[in-house]
Amino acid sequence: MIGTGKIKQYANVLDKPLGKGKQEVSLSAFAFLFSELVQYNQTQVDNISELETRLEDAGYAVGARVLELLCHRDKGNRRETRLLGILSFVHSTVWKVLFGKVADSLEKGTEHEDEYMISEKELLVNRFISIPKDMGTFHCGAFVAGIVKGVLENAGFPAVVTAHFVPVEGQQRPRTTILIKFAEEVLRREARLG
Amino acid sequence: QREDAAQLPQFILQAALDIVQDLAWTTSAMILKTIDKFNDLVVSVYVTDDHTRFMLLHDSRSDDGIKSFFQEVHELYIKSLLNPLYLPGSRITSSHFNTKVGALARKYL
Repeated sequence: MIGTGKIKQYANVLDKPLGKGKQEVSLSAFAFLFSELVQYNQTQVDNISELETRLEDAGYAVGARVLELLCHRDKGNRRETRLLGILSFVHSTVWKVLFGKVADSLEKGTEHEDEYMISEKELLVNRFISIPKDMGTFHCGAFVAGIVKGVLENAGFPAVVTAHFVPVEGQQRPRTTILIKFAEEVLRREARLG
Repeated sequence: QREDAAQLPQFILQAALDIVQDLAWTTSAMILKTIDKFNDLVVSVYVTDDHTRFMLLHDSRSDDGIKSFFQEVHELYIKSLLNPLYLPGSRITSSHFNTKVGALARKYL
């Protein structure tokens, strides 16, 4: 037969090599899957904040796994112990692998010591989503906020992560900002480590 | 032999947990090597990114063997973690996982 390669079949997933993983996944497939995820959750909840919480939890599960996988693949087994280290890991490596590009910017909050912001012109997950007016401040980027939260918390930097729309003059669509607020113990530990 | 000799390994490992907690933040390497001694037994620890600890109680063996053992167990752990139905932090109940770890132990230790 022409063109049949022999693909080794593994009896158990634990035997399969980890490998580099597929570099690209179809955008439309992902968009459909994500829209279905949101729609399903909409039928299960009564209000917007519950919907955001659900999306965040879904993202959290992804974040926990992405952290281990990427550290193993890309960082050759070095752990992140410092705040800036883990933030730049999220901002570049995680974003690159998940969305194909590094995040637009990483800023430190001016008002509070424990706040950091990752900004993006348009989140990939939001590209095919429009929010009806009566949903107010709902943001599907709660899913991405959940991913970031999953990565940070499992790496030992507990934080509250939320996604917000930030209107920009001269642009019709507002920018998205992921706001990260670290827990007290993180700042204390950072200060201790000097 | 004391009556609770069977629980002794467990006990030693649990006692070493506190040391690991502090030590993990001082270095960005994953292998923490020997962190505690008890009589002639030695505890070696390997900490992953999400602070999952692999702890090994042994009498002094080759460092390299232990390092390779930990690295391979780490890979197995990541594969089980990727299962969307596995809750991170809970017990790994797969018997296949058990067999593989046993095989690795025989190979490297």
